[in-house]
Amino acid sequence: MSATLLNAVWQGLIILVGGTFLGMIYKGLDRKLAAQMQGRIGPPLRQPFFDVVKLMVKENVVPDHAVAWLFNLMPLVSLAAVGTLLFYLPLGGFEPLLGGFGDLILILYLLAVPSLAMVLGGFAAGSPFATVGAQRELVMMMAYEFPLAITLLSLGWYLSSVMPGAQVFSLTVLASNPLWGLVGPLGFIGLLLLFCALMIVTPAELTKIPFDIPEAETEIAGGILAEYSGRNMAMFYLADAIKMVVMGSLTVALFFPYGLSGLLGVTGGIWGSVIDVAFYLVKVFVVIFFAVIVVRVAFARLKIGQAARLFWLPITGISLLGMVLLMLDRIV
Amino acid sequence: MALPRSFKRALWVFHVATGSCNGCDIEIVAALTPRYDVERFGIMLTGTPRHADVLLITGPVTKPMLPRLKRIYEQTPDPKAVVVVGGCGSTSGVFYESYNVVGPIDEVIPVDVYVPGCPSRPEAIIDGVVKAVAKLETLEKSRGGE
Ligand code: SF4
Repeated sequence: MSATLLNAVWQGLIILVGGTFLGMIYKGLDRKLAAQMQGRIGPPLRQPFFDVVKLMVKENVVPDHAVAWLFNLMPLVSLAAVGTLLFYLPLGGFEPLLGGFGDLILILYLLAVPSLAMVLGGFAAGSPFATVGAQRELVMMMAYEFPLAITLLSLGWYLSSVMPGAQVFSLTVLASNPLWGLVGPLGFIGLLLLFCALMIVTPAELTKIPFDIPEAETEIAGGILAEYSGRNMAMFYLADAIKMVVMGSLTVALFFPYGLSGLLGVTGGIWGSVIDVAFYLVKVFVVIFFAVIVVRVAFARLKIGQAARLFWLPITGISLLGMVLLMLDRIV
Repeated sequence: MALPRSFKRALWVFHVATGSCNGCDIEIVAALTPRYDVERFGIMLTGTPRHADVLLITGPVTKPMLPRLKRIYEQTPDPKAVVVVGGCGSTSGVFYESYNVVGPIDEVIPVDVYVPGCPSRPEAIIDGVVKAVAKLETLEKSRGGE
């Protein structure tokens, strides 16, 4: 009993450290590749590590107007929430550590926690910039949560209709039964639409351009983060890095849970997992590359009204259409 | 505490114009463009003094900017460095003895590095930022690394 517990603690630590490291590397890649696309040389790959170490050295200012305990607590909450998310996701083709204790619905809620923590932190900062940023973040959440929820739920619903009795919202079940093979032509189009919706929700969930409206540096001076400095800022920075891995892994688990090891004929053993982990890293990178990096370079920031309209009408429409197509696929 | 090496590699700068003609500000922006690309040294422009390590200040201090400049300086978390960009920040330059000018920056807040020029070249600005950090390090050392 205690041996399994110890084992779980070890695995948890490895997942946390590994996930953070991975997030920082992806963040470095993000900055490097964005720079290259703009014709610049760009910072070194380990730039995010420099940033975090530097932020830890800096003074941690709590403004006079701030509600100090809330202001200091929220970065912790945000970091803890994304850290917890790592335990519920299948990383590198392995079973999620806490897979038996939570499913897709829990992930949906946990995903909202870091954003809510930032909102509360922004309101607690007592600065007009941070307050405006927090309000914008709330509007953004109201806008993108609906298509995100539709996407995740439609996948679960489809699986439940194909395999009645299975735990369809468990990510392990979802990842081991890729829907692409189960659906007919109508459902295929539906899945494609749902995938598009998820890809567009991803930058919004990560507050990246064109949806970085709550943090708009040039107009509201960093928005929610405007008053954060030093250690607190470093925690938000880390949470952002890990969230990138989380969104990437979620997309991979839902839509591309395939491994290479079976194809190459080296299932099981060390080499099988090495190949699977490497392939998983590449898949997450591809998702981040197209959902975040390319989009961030190619587009400018939208206005909050434009972003809300974009999510409420076209993106919700796309995801609803995807859902209807999946339903039709079952009926026809 | 001694500054870690990473500090030098991740400088976030905040740009304050206290009454410049905008010439120096445009040169600062030029340093961010692909031609000079300061991000390869980890230098990034931030939107708020709370995130800043280096304050890049241009222009003579005009009367309305006086309290604001002090406030921005106080808002910046330690350790921080102040770099004055351009002739008029260093000496009041062409605005010398203007009715609306309090004086050069170092009459208001402590300055670490002066970058001369009207306007300063982007290379000089980058050099100034790096020198400011070198100065911070020697300051920390002379304080006995407390
Ligand atoms: S130094 Fe020259 S270019 Fe720079 S702000 Fe002053 S007058 Fe303008």
